[in-house]
Amino acid sequence: MNYSTLAKGTLKGDRKAAARLISVVEDEEEGYREAMKIVFCGTRGAGVLGITGAPGVGKSTLVFEIAKSFRKAGKSVGIVAVDPTSPLTGGAILGDRIRMTDLSADPGVFIRSMGSRGGTGGLSLQTSNVIRILDALGCDEIIVETVGAGQTQVDIMGMADTVVVVTMPGTGDEVQSIKAGLLEIADLYLVNKMDLPGAMNTASDLKSMLDLVDDWKGWKPPVLLASASTGRGLDQMLEFIGRHRAWISQPERFLERRSRQARKEIYDLVTMEVHRMIESKFPSVKLDAIVRDVVQGKLSPYEAAEKVAAFAIR
Amino acid sequence: MARKIRVLIAKPGLDGHDRGAKVVARALRDAGMEVIYTGLHQSPEMIVQTAMQEDVDAIGLSSLSGAHDVLFPRVMELVHKNKMKVLVTAGGIIPEEDVPTLKKCGIAAVFGPGTPIEDIVKFHKERLKAKH
Ligand code: B12
Ligand SMILES: Nc1nc2c(ncn2[C@@H]2O[C@H](COP(=O)(O)OP(=O)(O)O)[C@@H](O)[C@H]2O)c(=O)[nH]1
Ligand SMILES: [Mg+2]
Repeated sequence: MNYSTLAKGTLKGDRKAAARLISVVEDEEEGYREAMKIVFCGTRGAGVLGITGAPGVGKSTLVFEIAKSFRKAGKSVGIVAVDPTSPLTGGAILGDRIRMTDLSADPGVFIRSMGSRGGTGGLSLQTSNVIRILDALGCDEIIVETVGAGQTQVDIMGMADTVVVVTMPGTGDEVQSIKAGLLEIADLYLVNKMDLPGAMNTASDLKSMLDLVDDWKGWKPPVLLASASTGRGLDQMLEFIGRHRAWISQPERFLERRSRQARKEIYDLVTMEVHRMIESKFPSVKLDAIVRDVVQGKLSPYEAAEKVAAFAIR
Repeated sequence: MARKIRVLIAKPGLDGHDRGAKVVARALRDAGMEVIYTGLHQSPEMIVQTAMQEDVDAIGLSSLSGAHDVLFPRVMELVHKNKMKVLVTAGGIIPEEDVPTLKKCGIAAVFGPGTPIEDIVKFHKERLKAKH
């Protein structure tokens, strides 16, 4: 299929075309790559803010509040809200909009819910494309909400200019999981639900954990407290988001972050391309034979992989 | 990759009964669909805007408060005005005598209390399969 009409419509601000194109990209329909090339040329450099954290910590409520403040400043807003897909059925309930209903009829806001799915491209590639579509559509600011769990939480770093990791009091494990490898991804930590007991403790746990790192390269992630549902602390959070935006916008830093992201995306795309090529072009009889040799111990998996890879590289 | 069916389950108006909507949402999810749930108190404008942004294949309207006779036709009016190709179904407390009017304005089917959930899933699967 040729989806260039949808792509061109998107560049002209046609919301319906953009919505359709997002589905085409999510479904990885034949021909979506060509359409994305057109979209890529039409992007305008929207700011991208990532909000991540465990389910229920208040991400959607925060996204709603942040979006409202962008709207007050006269900016148009795109929101991408990702919820997990059931690995068993492939279905998903996408309920982030429940916290954002007041924005549904605002012509300056475009909200799109996504299931995390699990196609060959992976969440990060699809989400990056959805961000680009919203950018090309004319959104000034794009907010991405993802459920923090392992890879998806790391992926957001590859897409956003600023990443806020949200947590809440009373989840001791939360700090543990952040400790276990998510230290690098946050530009800001937010302890939400400060109206609940224990918020200060969670914040100081986080702070002492961050104190163990001494090489922050110019930006040490602040640990902030807020209550999305009562509004407390939100102004401070917005101020820090703004500060980080200013910091990251310095030319050399911006270039570094974008280069890192582009490099990762190219790698991902190449991996995907190789995958696709092997799946569609490598003779299955030959692959079956290789598999058999491995099973029978005639060939090590390494040699097998080299054989198959050599085919793709040729 | 297989084309995924996306459905919007919406609660128009001031009606606070959301059990039915949630039961239907869960059943469609278990059937492998992506279900966007709006939450309560949606205006027809919000529902149609949401359906457009989410590019859904179907909109499911749920109402138990008796306001369906005003709200559902308004949703259909906006669906037609925006030239959207979506399947629209409805459920909840809807008197038999209102059904013909609702069908006339484009609602494909109305499911009342006690409808086996399998019937609802089957209907959506069959009607949306043709799209792919
Ligand atoms: C439980 C209930 C409540 C609960 C609701 C809890 C909740 N969060 O949902 C509470 C106690 C809060 C409540 C309050 C009220 N209720 Co009440 N409630 C009921 C009751 C007993 C059952 C509804 C229910 O949950 N059924 C179970 C679900 C699974 O069934 P369902 O919604 O019908 O859904 C099925 C189908 O209809 C269909 N379906 C439904 N939606 C959709 C959508 C799509 C897309 C599809 C395909 C199918 C579909 O599929 C489902 C599975 O078969 C009904 C009576 C009844 N028998 O229906 C009264 C009833 C709906 N309530 C009624 C009233 C008047 C009220 C109140 C105004 C006060 C009162 N007098 O009790 C308040 C108003 C609340 C509000 N803010 O709107 C009236 C409505 C009268 C009318 N329409 O003219 C009813 C009919 C009782 C009566 N006979 O008077 N209620
Ligand atoms: N007490 C309290 N509850 C909150 C706060 N922020 C959000 N919530 C509630 O937490 C629940 C989950 O919020 P949601 O935004 O959906 O979280 P998400 O899953 O991270 O997107 C909802 O019931 C919110 O109303 C807060 O600051 N304090
Ligand atoms: Mg959420």
